[in-house]
Amino acid sequence: MPKEYRTLQEVAGPLMLVRDVEGVKYEELGEIELESGETRRCRVLEVSGTNVLVQLFENAQGVNLSTSKIRFLGRQMELGVSPDMLGRVFDGLGRPIDGGPELIPEKRMDVNGTPMNPAARAYPQEFIQTGVSAIDGLNTLVRGQKLPIFSASGLPHAQLAAQIARQAKVRGKNEQFAVVFAAMGITFEEQDYFVRSFRETGALDRTVMFTNLANDPAVERIATPRMALTAAEYLAFDLGMHVLVILTDITNYADALREISAARKEVPGRRGYPGYMYTDLASLYERAGRQKGKEGSVTMIPILSMPEDDKTHPIPDLTGYITEGQIILSRALYRKGVTPPIDVLPSLSRLKDKGIGEGKTRKDHSNTMNQLFSAYARGKDAKELMVILGEAALTDIDKLYAKFADEFERQYVSQGNFTDRSIEETLDLGWQLLRILPRSELKRISEKLLEEYYDKKA
Amino acid sequence: MSTGRIIKVAGPLVIAEGMRDANMFDVVRVSDKRLIGEIIEMHGDRASIQVYEETAGLGTGEKVESTGMPLSVELGPGLIKGIYDGIQRPLEKIRSLAGNNLTRGIEVPSLDRDLKWHFTPELHAGDEVQQGDILGYVQETEVVRHAIMVPVGVSGTLTALDEGDYTVVDKIGEVKTAKGESLPLTLMQKWPVRRGRPIRRKLSPDMPLVTGQRVVDALFPIAKGGVAAIPGPFGSGKTVTQHQLAKWAEADIVVYIGCGERGNEMTDVLNEFPELIDPHTGRSLMERTVLIANTSDMPVAAREASIYTGITIAEYFRDMGYSVALMADSTSRWAEALREMSGRLEEMPGEEGYPAYLGSRLAQFYERAGRVETLGTTPREASLSVIGAVSPPGGDISEPVSQATLRIVKVFWGLDSALAYKRHFPAINWLTSYSLYTDSLGPWFNEHVAPDWMEKRGRMMALLGEEANLEEIVKLVGMDALSPEDRLKMETARSIREDFLHQLAFHEVDTYTSLDKQYLMMKLVLLYYDRCLDALKMGADIEALASLPSREAVGRFKYVAEADAQAEYRRVAAVLGAEIDAAARKEEDF
Repeated sequence: MPKEYRTLQEVAGPLMLVRDVEGVKYEELGEIELESGETRRCRVLEVSGTNVLVQLFENAQGVNLSTSKIRFLGRQMELGVSPDMLGRVFDGLGRPIDGGPELIPEKRMDVNGTPMNPAARAYPQEFIQTGVSAIDGLNTLVRGQKLPIFSASGLPHAQLAAQIARQAKVRGKNEQFAVVFAAMGITFEEQDYFVRSFRETGALDRTVMFTNLANDPAVERIATPRMALTAAEYLAFDLGMHVLVILTDITNYADALREISAARKEVPGRRGYPGYMYTDLASLYERAGRQKGKEGSVTMIPILSMPEDDKTHPIPDLTGYITEGQIILSRALYRKGVTPPIDVLPSLSRLKDKGIGEGKTRKDHSNTMNQLFSAYARGKDAKELMVILGEAALTDIDKLYAKFADEFERQYVSQGNFTDRSIEETLDLGWQLLRILPRSELKRISEKLLEEYYDKKA
Repeated sequence: MSTGRIIKVAGPLVIAEGMRDANMFDVVRVSDKRLIGEIIEMHGDRASIQVYEETAGLGTGEKVESTGMPLSVELGPGLIKGIYDGIQRPLEKIRSLAGNNLTRGIEVPSLDRDLKWHFTPELHAGDEVQQGDILGYVQETEVVRHAIMVPVGVSGTLTALDEGDYTVVDKIGEVKTAKGESLPLTLMQKWPVRRGRPIRRKLSPDMPLVTGQRVVDALFPIAKGGVAAIPGPFGSGKTVTQHQLAKWAEADIVVYIGCGERGNEMTDVLNEFPELIDPHTGRSLMERTVLIANTSDMPVAAREASIYTGITIAEYFRDMGYSVALMADSTSRWAEALREMSGRLEEMPGEEGYPAYLGSRLAQFYERAGRVETLGTTPREASLSVIGAVSPPGGDISEPVSQATLRIVKVFWGLDSALAYKRHFPAINWLTSYSLYTDSLGPWFNEHVAPDWMEKRGRMMALLGEEANLEEIVKLVGMDALSPEDRLKMETARSIREDFLHQLAFHEVDTYTSLDKQYLMMKLVLLYYDRCLDALKMGADIEALASLPSREAVGRFKYVAEADAQAEYRRVAAVLGAEIDAAARKEEDF
């Protein structure tokens, strides 16, 4: 039985100071017992002489400096894992909340994980077909990638994430596939949307859910994504499954981080977020990937809502610097009724180049992708000009570009939440749209491909 | 050597007491886990230690042991092709010992102790030597002839030096100093990372570091021994640009530091470089590359050290007489590591929480670059060029790291997200970027490539500048309001952007362009402008000139292989000329 202390000295927000302890380690897990016998969990943030600073994962309500007891458990935060996790629902700290039996763990894993040796990473290059043209055709997702969705309040990011989870597959292969879902501070309705969507497609049995809803303690959110990623790593690298991790909403996670930082009176960085937020977010995102000599993979789709639709806000900004691209949703497109409202120009998948082309998708993929991007960009410019000066001010060629941009949004991007397009359909649609433009404008496509695809069906 | 006890643990910062005898910046071993740390502050017998590994599980009372040595790197054969973490631990070796994830407290020597190298002496017993003299060579890879030098601070008479196969710690010879001491010589030497390696003197740069990237070489060149910064928001192609420079820069040795960046990017380098062929040597690019990888999930303190580890290795190769290029991606992550440690030390913060010494630390780092004359009896001319990526929050370069960097560097390649959205890569904005080497390198270009290189460059810059002004007008009154001459300027500037500046990193031919081909490309674009201007004077229609069929051939010229460039240039130039003439004549016929 670990030693109990009754030396709680201070409680301020989620932080507590405990005096006169011995042998306590940095990052150790602790348990506080209230007078009523209820226990709360905490972890050590700082050890200084015989004092320790601990952070509560739950509400501090009811903690009493004279009657509450604290004991340190001699281990860091761990998650018991087993194949039976699939199909279960856990709270933000990894305790089952679906009414089912307690999990009998096969092993216990440190939730903080250990960094992957860069020399042990296998480069992600297996194309995942999501069935969404704006992603498959232009911002291709590959296995082991971390590709966030930058959304904003009121935009349908949940629908897009659920669509990807439903439709994602690696072509020509039938492999073990699992979804790990971590909800951080989202509402019950949003969570329920995902549950229903997984249930309808029969994916629920292959899903592990960790839920910290909006009314659950905010600081618990610090642990929730780590629980989820630990489960994902176990499924991927111990059991050889291909795991898709959905983390939503990172903005709530970052706010919890700020809350603790402020309680510790640390020097704040931009907008009050702590200076180490980059490192902290990286310790989550970098856990995605593939390893040499291992079968499975962890592919990550974090969702974050940009405060005030501002991409330069620290949360999307730091995320963008760590993740391998981003899918950006646009309010303007959403208002136009484009579903999903993916703004392809600022969206990006950094790993697409190695995941597309002959043998992976099709040989014309890379060329047409570049051409579609630049044509759409020029079309948007032309349309902007048209707004100011009227259609008459455009040259004939710019009028074609403007038409192209409209058709591109209408046909290519706006496919609805329940259309599952194969990559061939996506690529052929791309060619069909490019035929709006004269052949001489297609400078980014090689002559050979033009002959094969543009001329053939013209 | 002193041993102390931990009294405080806060993240990567550990404070220990009983450390009175330790020196500032000594490397220490923390707890029984033997984590590596470095002393960064002393108060009485209390030392603040930044620990290079994860500190979870440490508690007060645990032992801290000083090694009495500052943080150093091992320099010798075996560096090339290696991938190291921020404190020069070999990651491949660690992987074979500890598996796919990094475990703590692992002790592996940086250079392989078992591998034997064949050493061929240049000097003989009886020769007088001084620091920096080359004793002989080890053929490290097909490309790199690794010079074994007399260590700094050593001079005297060689009493022995023998050819043979040695490990890096075997004795290869001996020096008798003026004081009569006998010092053994080995293939390996050590050097503390926070001190620059000494040189005889600095020279000013006079030669470009040719990169094969058109926007860099033609518009904003960097000199051998120069310093450049690439700031840009995420997604604007900083890393791809850095990779392109690491791949194609005309340097003998490339040191690439992945500092707090993505793990998969390092994997990409590890996969790709061995397969790419260096156009200058015809050998694999990996045979001249050293990689330092401290990815964003690896401990933050080692990120701070990685920059110094990298530049010390680069300086070592420079001392052999090589032209070395160092890429650091990204210095912002290094600055953030500095900020994090500063915060934990409870220092008074400067701007945006960065420590007040941010600017001077950055300057000290960049100033280790340069074209130099090395130590040694017969000094060698060598250079170390440094290219640092900066990741400003929100892409706004008014923040402290970008600003402190801009005060030091001579070349600024400003990346622009608007260009990146249009998939114009490299997304280096030609209006905001600059190179202060342009004038000093001009004579070199004129002499070695073509006498009118600088003139052509100037005209291209002028056209691009005018395009920006004209665009403002077009936005207000439309394209039709422009005079035919101005329309032509717009068309030509578009051609410069699309046919010259736009360069595909993933196209096998386009990824690298020699200076000669760059010159032909410039000539082709400007030829179009000059000839059309004449045609306009003869009354040709601008619409006809803008839609000449051969402009497509101009656009495709970049994909023409180097060997065929001359012939293709003559062909395209002839067709283009004929078409413009035809357009002009048509008008006259009316």
